[in-house]
Amino acid sequence: MSKGNGDGKVYVGNVDVAAKKARKLLLGKLKLGKLVDWGTAFSLWPVHLTTSCCGCEFAAAWSPRYDNEQHGALPWVGSRQTNMILIEGTVTRKMACALRVVWEQMPQPKFAIAMGACALDGGIFYNSYNIVRPWEVVPVDIYIPGCPPRPEAVARAIIELQRKIRREGLASKFVEEGWRPDKEYVKPKEDLCAWWKG
Amino acid sequence: MSARISGVSGKVGFNDLKQLPGFWTRKLGKDLYEVFIGPQHPGSGHMRIIIRVDGDVIVEADPDMGYVHRTMEKLGEGREWIKGIPLYERMAIHDACNVTLPYVEAVEKLLGIEPPVRAKYLRVLLCEINRIAAFLYGFGIFGVFVGHSTMYMWPFGDREVWVELADWLTGARLTHSYPIFGGVRRDVPEGFTDSLRKAIRYMRKRLEEYRKIYVDNPVIRARLEDVGVIPRNLAIELGITGPNLRASGVEYDVRYNAPYEVYDELDFEIPVFQEGDSLARVWQRVEEIKQSLHILEQVADWLDKHKGEQIMHDRFWKTAPPLYKKVFQETGRVKLVPAFAILKVPKGKAYARAETARGEISYYVESNGANKPYRVRIVSASARNAIVFKYILPGHRVMDLPTIYGSIDYFPPEADR
Amino acid sequence: MNIDELADMVRNLLAEYVVNVEIGKDLVHVEVKEENIIEAAKRMKEAGFDHVKDVTAIDYPKEGVIKIFYHLSSYSKKDLSRYIVGLGYSIPRDKNSVPSLYGVWTSADFQEREVYEGFGIVFEGHPDLRPLLLAPTVAELKPLRKDFIVKEEPIFKK
Repeated sequence: MSKGNGDGKVYVGNVDVAAKKARKLLLGKLKLGKLVDWGTAFSLWPVHLTTSCCGCEFAAAWSPRYDNEQHGALPWVGSRQTNMILIEGTVTRKMACALRVVWEQMPQPKFAIAMGACALDGGIFYNSYNIVRPWEVVPVDIYIPGCPPRPEAVARAIIELQRKIRREGLASKFVEEGWRPDKEYVKPKEDLCAWWKG
Repeated sequence: MSARISGVSGKVGFNDLKQLPGFWTRKLGKDLYEVFIGPQHPGSGHMRIIIRVDGDVIVEADPDMGYVHRTMEKLGEGREWIKGIPLYERMAIHDACNVTLPYVEAVEKLLGIEPPVRAKYLRVLLCEINRIAAFLYGFGIFGVFVGHSTMYMWPFGDREVWVELADWLTGARLTHSYPIFGGVRRDVPEGFTDSLRKAIRYMRKRLEEYRKIYVDNPVIRARLEDVGVIPRNLAIELGITGPNLRASGVEYDVRYNAPYEVYDELDFEIPVFQEGDSLARVWQRVEEIKQSLHILEQVADWLDKHKGEQIMHDRFWKTAPPLYKKVFQETGRVKLVPAFAILKVPKGKAYARAETARGEISYYVESNGANKPYRVRIVSASARNAIVFKYILPGHRVMDLPTIYGSIDYFPPEADR
Repeated sequence: MNIDELADMVRNLLAEYVVNVEIGKDLVHVEVKEENIIEAAKRMKEAGFDHVKDVTAIDYPKEGVIKIFYHLSSYSKKDLSRYIVGLGYSIPRDKNSVPSLYGVWTSADFQEREVYEGFGIVFEGHPDLRPLLLAPTVAELKPLRKDFIVKEEPIFKK
């Protein structure tokens, strides 16, 4: 709060310290962490990045028959306003760079679901020289097997992710402490994008 | 207060970002900019289009393909013949029967066998069901590009009717693996043809409703009319294929010019439009759905009349153990006979083509007598249609890019193989 | 016309250039010498073969050649469109550059780029020769040649 007392100086409170105190109060003493987790779990918006042929079942899962929007998941176009990425199918070398760039544009806390047999360990293209395993690009939370998985399996995966967020408190832990444990086997960006010569 | 944020390895300087593709719009001259319309875009699919714009008008366009390139040709050379069928299906996964049919036909030509007549009719049945489902998928994606959300929801909802029929017939929603060397894998279950006729009646009603909300919609017409015109001689010179070709005035369809399976016995027409713009391509697809429904009625009548015939060629059926024949008598299902695992195809070269929903796919298969192919070369319809980006886009505005892209029904996994 | 008549018609059309005519299943392969390929292509285009369906390169390491075939067909003439005619030539395996047929058929544009990235063969006269599908670092390995081996799991383990 600024209080002028006539000598030309303006006193402003320390915003960082105030935010830290508010966080401690709301999440520590009043235990509103469950509210944060509940809110994040029911507004997981996947970003519009189709990686490969499982994109057909992604489009079908949000169609009127299976309607995944009832769980709060709305596919959104801008990567800065989304918090989930659904990696469908095979990730090739060119696409791995794009995937990593999009992942880093998304704000925290963010989650990733790997869909299809190709996202687990290569699938039917396991020995191709042009593909990359998605868990080397992005830290993945939930895996869905199938080739392609049925749209009901995609709905089930979103429900499992909601349960994981609410059970382990991933969103509130990020807000409280400001970090999320990184996975060591994720490759650095320079290796993935090394082929781009401009 | 320091935050450990995951995903950033070490220190990333501001200048490092400039080297990465898609981050910056480069200025090349006065009013001339280079823009990347990248994989993460609702109007670009799984590819990147690099365009150079002068103000709002596209001057040069360059499709950057290969984001879904899974090297199917090289993998096919290392695997046995029968393993190629699920492999090549993943090219256009919702059109699976049409895309693997030329491979099966080419190998059958090399083996010198022909499948029984009932198997041919069953293959045509699944081909036409897949063609209708793929056209509806194309309409849905075009609706997303143009911004017409109802045109995304309605075709995807109606597509479920056809996908469920395919599921009932073959056991899988999208990856059927239905035609195999010598015949097909399953016979038609009880009550299938009645459900098929109900689906045909339902689809005819829905096409009328699509016409009212989408094709005759004045906003859509203003956006699609006279956009992306491909004149007839340019269409022939560029070698494009499929409904795009027929909407530009060329009468060419593989089912008519080089008939395969039983298309020379069935009665259907080839719709041809003369204008060559995006609206003509949408009309072309609606008319082709109507022709497919007509073909399906004839196939359903034939299947009802000739029940219980053989669906697999004798050369493989003779080698099946008695248990397999018993299962076929009771359930109408052919379990995969073990002869396929050790199949050796005689030496030779073969070429086979088919008409998928997006155009013409062609396979060149060469064998040198081993149990694996020597060379399989595939050129799919979208790979041949990709040339439209380079030659037709310049001269249009940026807002016409999703319109042209959606109207030629380009599918990147099929183009990249 | 049936396939033998088509083979005879093509043989008479390219009379002095023909090295070999092979009839496969629904396919006629005509082989010419590399230096005559542009003339032969122009004659085929005037006869009515107006587009290229695909450009294929096949590697024969035992004989030491790579054969490049252009599979042609016709949109304007109906009787030429039933069977496919392949016009091609063979080059030794270590030769790098061949003439491009972009000036004759525009539809060979993207297909020649694919052969370039898979086999490492440079097409002289192509306006924009870059790898089409692969990243440049992967295209340097020339993956579609037979000496690039991809490990597989067979059906029967020895």
